[in-house]
Amino acid sequence: MVELKNLLKEYGDKPVVEDVSLNIQKGKITSFIGPNGAGKSTLVSMIARLIARDEGEVYIDGMEISRCKSNDLAKKIAILKQSNFINIRLRVKELVSFGRFPYSKGRLTKEDWKFVDDAIAYMGLEDMQDKYLHELSGGQKQRAYIAMVLAQDTEYIILDEPLNNLDMKHSVQIMKTLRKLVNDMGKTIVIVIHDINFASCYSDYIVALKDGKLVKEGTTDEIIEPSVLKEVYGMDFNIENIDGNKICVYFS
Amino acid sequence: MGYKTKISVLTGLSAILILVFLFTDISGNWSYILSRRITKLAAIILTGAAIAFSTVVFQTITNNRILTPSILGLDSLYMLIQTFLIFAFGSMKLTMLNQNMNFLLSVGLMIAFAGLLYKLLFKGEQQNIYFLLLIGLVIGTLFESLSTFMQVLLDPNEFMVVQDRMFASFNNVNDELLIISSIGLAAITLYALKFLKYLDVLSLGRDQAVNLGVNYDYVIKRLLIIIAVMVSVSTALVGPITFLGLLVANVAHEFMRTYRHHYLILGAVLISFVALIGGQLLVERVFTFSTTLSVIVNFVGGVYFIYLLLKESKKW
Repeated sequence: MVELKNLLKEYGDKPVVEDVSLNIQKGKITSFIGPNGAGKSTLVSMIARLIARDEGEVYIDGMEISRCKSNDLAKKIAILKQSNFINIRLRVKELVSFGRFPYSKGRLTKEDWKFVDDAIAYMGLEDMQDKYLHELSGGQKQRAYIAMVLAQDTEYIILDEPLNNLDMKHSVQIMKTLRKLVNDMGKTIVIVIHDINFASCYSDYIVALKDGKLVKEGTTDEIIEPSVLKEVYGMDFNIENIDGNKICVYFS
Repeated sequence: MGYKTKISVLTGLSAILILVFLFTDISGNWSYILSRRITKLAAIILTGAAIAFSTVVFQTITNNRILTPSILGLDSLYMLIQTFLIFAFGSMKLTMLNQNMNFLLSVGLMIAFAGLLYKLLFKGEQQNIYFLLLIGLVIGTLFESLSTFMQVLLDPNEFMVVQDRMFASFNNVNDELLIISSIGLAAITLYALKFLKYLDVLSLGRDQAVNLGVNYDYVIKRLLIIIAVMVSVSTALVGPITFLGLLVANVAHEFMRTYRHHYLILGAVLISFVALIGGQLLVERVFTFSTTLSVIVNFVGGVYFIYLLLKESKKW
């Protein structure tokens, strides 16, 4: 379980994340939603120690992260940010093999390569594993990055807007894969997501943020409610039940 | 060509150039000429390797292929020190002044400057490496302006001495300094070995490196210190030499075509041997000292780099 206690992050005098405390359940998909500037990315970056926090504590399985070795954390929690600009020439397989760095420090053993091959197979990248990253489409690239995170073999996976710039087909593909990871391998996945309907269809828990503060957290059913969403986004939502999923209509 | 073949080719080429440099065109006193040439060669190998290494590492840290450590302002500081010494004491006194003193003074000031720069930067929490580069650039420009100011006030004869020091030269390296430098560079290289395994991951950028368990700030600070020491020692030994880095690092990237730093660094070091020894041969034997090494290296290397880029662009 990941526990956040009174997290605070300020840029200058302006708090971007203020007094956020919550628990993230093991073996579930938890989505972070909220309007732009709500502090979602900052919050998940603090959980994964990419950004230093000003106050508060983050416990992963009972251990405060600042008291853990960075390398040990890398075996427990992995994060994939929304923009991954890499300016070196890398093949897909080479990128995925970087996921083994916490274990092998760059000298991969047979076992490490097995993890790499498994991750590539899991993301369906076998036939393009020798291609260069810059030759891939956006969806393929995103799958390659997720494969790298899988090769890292962590219990917790944080994905910051994994559907950014993807079309519907690829978005569904990725979300289904994440669901499968949770169901088959018992991973705990945290995603920052903008598409409220994807959040509704695929997550177990939802955390709603606004202006750096926690508005409400709960099961998907509790959050996908017109009153809650109106408070978060400041607009009206029409919520329909289609095939057992709550779908929000907000286009007009 | 595999990476190992490429490395062998470069090693072979360097070996041939070394032999040509040492054993051809000898007339007169064998042992004297040879010992002079060995000193020169040692200086070339030492500084070439240090500059190649530090530039490749610097570009990896900054994730930028057009930067070199010269942006930290270290060679501008070196020029300022040299200009000031001549300005204040005159070239006659300076030649009297122990060369070792000058060397130690330059190295000491350059490392102290880099240390101060890093200290200022790493005090704050949100450390941004580009902020460091910006400050280095601004202070470097200040140093250059101060040097120019003193240079225009100098007596023309004195200025000739300053001008002499503006260009890297392997022609009057002194044995004692060479030994001091080798010890210094060997020690810092030994220290650097510990951090080599992080370089591949660092080239993915900060976020990925942290995610993969690299203690980012710690490693970056150490690498920057290593770079500062290497550049300072090389510059104090032979003069401003960072020009070599940009070319060597980029040619190494284009030639080796890999992200793996042990090949990349080895390639860059060997390429810098080829460039420096080849350039020195041209300067000495073809142009008989009518031009400087930096001109030759940049001209030949630049042409080769453009060729690599053109060849690459055809593939698209």
